[in-house]
Amino acid sequence: MKITDDSPPTLTALDRPNSYIGRSVPRPNLQRLTQGRGQYVSDVALPRMAHVAFVRSPHAHARIVKIVTETAKNAPGVVAIVTGAEIAKVMTPWVGVLTHLKGLKSAPQAPIAIERACWQGEAVCAVVARTRAEAEDACELIDVSYEQLVPITDPETALDAGTPAMHASLGDNLCFERKLDVGAVDKAFAESDTVVEATFRFGRHTGVTNEPRSIVADWNEGEQRMTVYQGTQAPHMMQNLFAKHLGIAEHQVRVLTKDVGGSFGIKVHTYADEMATVALSKLLKRPVKFVADRIESFVTDIHARDHRIKAKIGVSKDGTITAFEIDDLTGIGPYSVYPRTSGIEANQIVNLVGGPYSCPNYRAQARVVFQNKNVMCQYRAVGHPIATAVTEGLVELAAARIGMDPLEFRRRNMISDDAYPAQSAAGLKFEKLSHHESIAHLDAMMNYAGLRAEQKKLRDKGIYRGIGFASFIEVTNPSAAFYGVGGARITSMDGATVKLDAQGAIIVQTGVTEQGQGAEAVVAQCVASAFGVPIEMVRVITGDTDNTPYGGGTWASRAAGIGGEAAWQAGKALRANVLAVAGAMLQAKPEELDIRNAIVIDKEKGTERLPLDELARVAYFRPDTLPPGFQAELMATRHYVPRAWPFAFTNGIQASYLEVDVDTGFVRLLKHWCVEDCGTIINPQLVDEQIRGGVVQGIGAALFEHCLYDERGQLLNGNMADYLVPMAAEMPDIECGHVVSPTADSELGAKGAGEAGTAGAPGCVMNAINDALRPLGAQPLTDMPFTPDKILRALGKV
Amino acid sequence: MRDKSADISLTVNGERVQERVDARKTLVDFLRDDLALTGSHVGCEHGVCGACTVRVNGEIVRGCLMLAVQCDGAKIETIEGLSDSGEVADLQAAFEQRNALQCGFCTPGMLTAAQELLERSKTVPSRDEIREHLSGNYCRCTGYHAIVDAVEAVAQARAGDRK
Repeated sequence: MKITDDSPPTLTALDRPNSYIGRSVPRPNLQRLTQGRGQYVSDVALPRMAHVAFVRSPHAHARIVKIVTETAKNAPGVVAIVTGAEIAKVMTPWVGVLTHLKGLKSAPQAPIAIERACWQGEAVCAVVARTRAEAEDACELIDVSYEQLVPITDPETALDAGTPAMHASLGDNLCFERKLDVGAVDKAFAESDTVVEATFRFGRHTGVTNEPRSIVADWNEGEQRMTVYQGTQAPHMMQNLFAKHLGIAEHQVRVLTKDVGGSFGIKVHTYADEMATVALSKLLKRPVKFVADRIESFVTDIHARDHRIKAKIGVSKDGTITAFEIDDLTGIGPYSVYPRTSGIEANQIVNLVGGPYSCPNYRAQARVVFQNKNVMCQYRAVGHPIATAVTEGLVELAAARIGMDPLEFRRRNMISDDAYPAQSAAGLKFEKLSHHESIAHLDAMMNYAGLRAEQKKLRDKGIYRGIGFASFIEVTNPSAAFYGVGGARITSMDGATVKLDAQGAIIVQTGVTEQGQGAEAVVAQCVASAFGVPIEMVRVITGDTDNTPYGGGTWASRAAGIGGEAAWQAGKALRANVLAVAGAMLQAKPEELDIRNAIVIDKEKGTERLPLDELARVAYFRPDTLPPGFQAELMATRHYVPRAWPFAFTNGIQASYLEVDVDTGFVRLLKHWCVEDCGTIINPQLVDEQIRGGVVQGIGAALFEHCLYDERGQLLNGNMADYLVPMAAEMPDIECGHVVSPTADSELGAKGAGEAGTAGAPGCVMNAINDALRPLGAQPLTDMPFTPDKILRALGKV
Repeated sequence: MRDKSADISLTVNGERVQERVDARKTLVDFLRDDLALTGSHVGCEHGVCGACTVRVNGEIVRGCLMLAVQCDGAKIETIEGLSDSGEVADLQAAFEQRNALQCGFCTPGMLTAAQELLERSKTVPSRDEIREHLSGNYCRCTGYHAIVDAVEAVAQARAGDRK
């Protein structure tokens, strides 16, 4: 049987009359975006607003000897020229450490470099002018004298005794190290029939959000308040950081986030130039705007994934995995990024390798070192694409070695679907996963047997097609275990406030933010369903620290699972409040009433009793007619934070079908499949589109994207002509399927889905390429991205 | 540089516009900063991402690769004009229905490029042809599948209407 449609979710107690849970409701905010009438921060213009441009270090490592600004000060339109030392008077430096990543160390980082620049692109001086063009003109007139220092660029030698420490105060270049040794690894390898070893490399790449990072900071000296318009995923986190480093109270800072032109983890960190922009506004007492241009984005947006992993798997003849071992080395730039740190990706890799399998023997080492390149930090799927590619790369190499079908090999080793709750060798706790059901679904959906037959037939004609798989697990709905326990003021909680307006419509304020993933739609669906109104009557307000409940925002696939549950609970609470009013008006028992389609009804018979607009009219304007002592409460707030599990793990499996041109080394992607299990599906269309978009970002990592640095620490391809991203013509159609294992930690049962695509796609494409080339005796390709050049080398053709 | 400016007179979304502009100012900066038409977006400023795609004298161009002074006497159409005239209403509805946009930053350029393909195609374009035509418009969110679905659906609907 071939399953072509996305499988429908199963529904449970959430299936209220007129429920929107499980329905593909179009997002409420799309028309303004299709008409070009959104408001991105790059669109914001305020009275007296000035623009900042930065003079940036052309060297990876250099002492700043002298900055001569006299000529620039007199350039047309210039408002101010500000150095690092001057900005330090209004803003304190920060250090990106977390206490639960034991031993992680970093040095203080300033908004603008003082005395020393540590990567090519670090800001050394700010120019504020009437227009961005005038600010850039004046930057050209600033003369900075540098004394070049030896750059540390190769992670392999960063820890050598002969390599100087990036920050003398830290003693050495080891930012963070983690070791894990579980079970009896040496014994298991010794008793294995086969041991497969490989070194995997992952090229540095970055998010390339279509809208670059943008911020407008507006200090009002009269109000003593800072209003910041920022394209960010986490407004409350930024409110805390701006206040902390300006030395003011949090309530003196308001962060506003409307439309964001793509984030993917890029816009959830502290960036020196954005902090500088905020400090400049305080200093100059006027609005200051900064929008990164594309080269600035390439040299300052966080990079990710620069890891080298030596890995090993042991297997017995019957196809049982006996042990995994990895040694990870990663270079993260000169500072650990604040406040989430640059140790998380390596830490996740240690946690996640081997995760889908029941193998009890696992040893891991990860070392995170400083270097003079742009900083690295958390980008969509943090660590997952690497851990998945290493695990699944080893799995398919081992399966090929012993001559076993790769799906059969997985079936023999994956944690059984009836074994939950379960724990991985690394100690991850799984509430309920569905690896085996997911494989079965994928096998049918892609017609695996048929594709293998086609592949074989075409090979005889000299056409080399490959089929590759990648199973994965994904961290979603993080509890305080992620950041809070490490001392960072990043809340894992989220809230929703729901209000009945005077015409019976619903206004929702939520702490999660809309980054394009559809959070507003999901929140509206939850409230409309829980409360009982058509979704058109729900308006959602996000991205305003003055007007939304305190919340974590959007990251780690948490918005739907956590923000959705808060919205669901708030909707239920307001329904109870409104039914109390209805009970008073109708002289009925509230528990015998319900709300359906914006009308109060008898729960049993469904008889319509009172429209909501009439209820609102009486409650707001004729409260004198309600019983004495009765007070209507028409606004309700609820918060939710996961407590039962540190993370709501999800799982899934992807497959790639592709063709390699063995003469040119070009890869043509023919089709991609993903089956995943994110628990309750609130909006099937939005889940599928998260998967598809995520898959394509993962394909970018596998085939194209690479921040190429030379040995001096110079970025060689900081533009979109030389740094390739996936475009429409090279991408395949992507089929999605689902298995539904809700989490019992929330009533909704929804887990996250935002990163599953990116987690699995790189390893999956890698395995498909190696599957295509295996009959030609090519060396397995394990060095991403897989460019035509590398493929031809693996084939021995160049 | 600042005294190197010029007077230009042009039509933007059917309105006559007369402005003095710096010779170095790009068309998209002129539209966004001088006319406050912020629907055209600036993504890469070197002609790769397509977020600034607008129509000049009936042809789509990169607003970042053309100077405002080159548009003297030209007829410019931006997403705001295409929306208000109803010309791309079916494409917009299809994008909304199919969730063919997430952050929406690429969408004005994507719609403008898609409209050109549909106007020029005598038959319903294949999915590969749609992908090829849109390959100058970068979308980081959707993975393109939904966009291709939406454009294909409109192409079929328009072909049906012509019959």
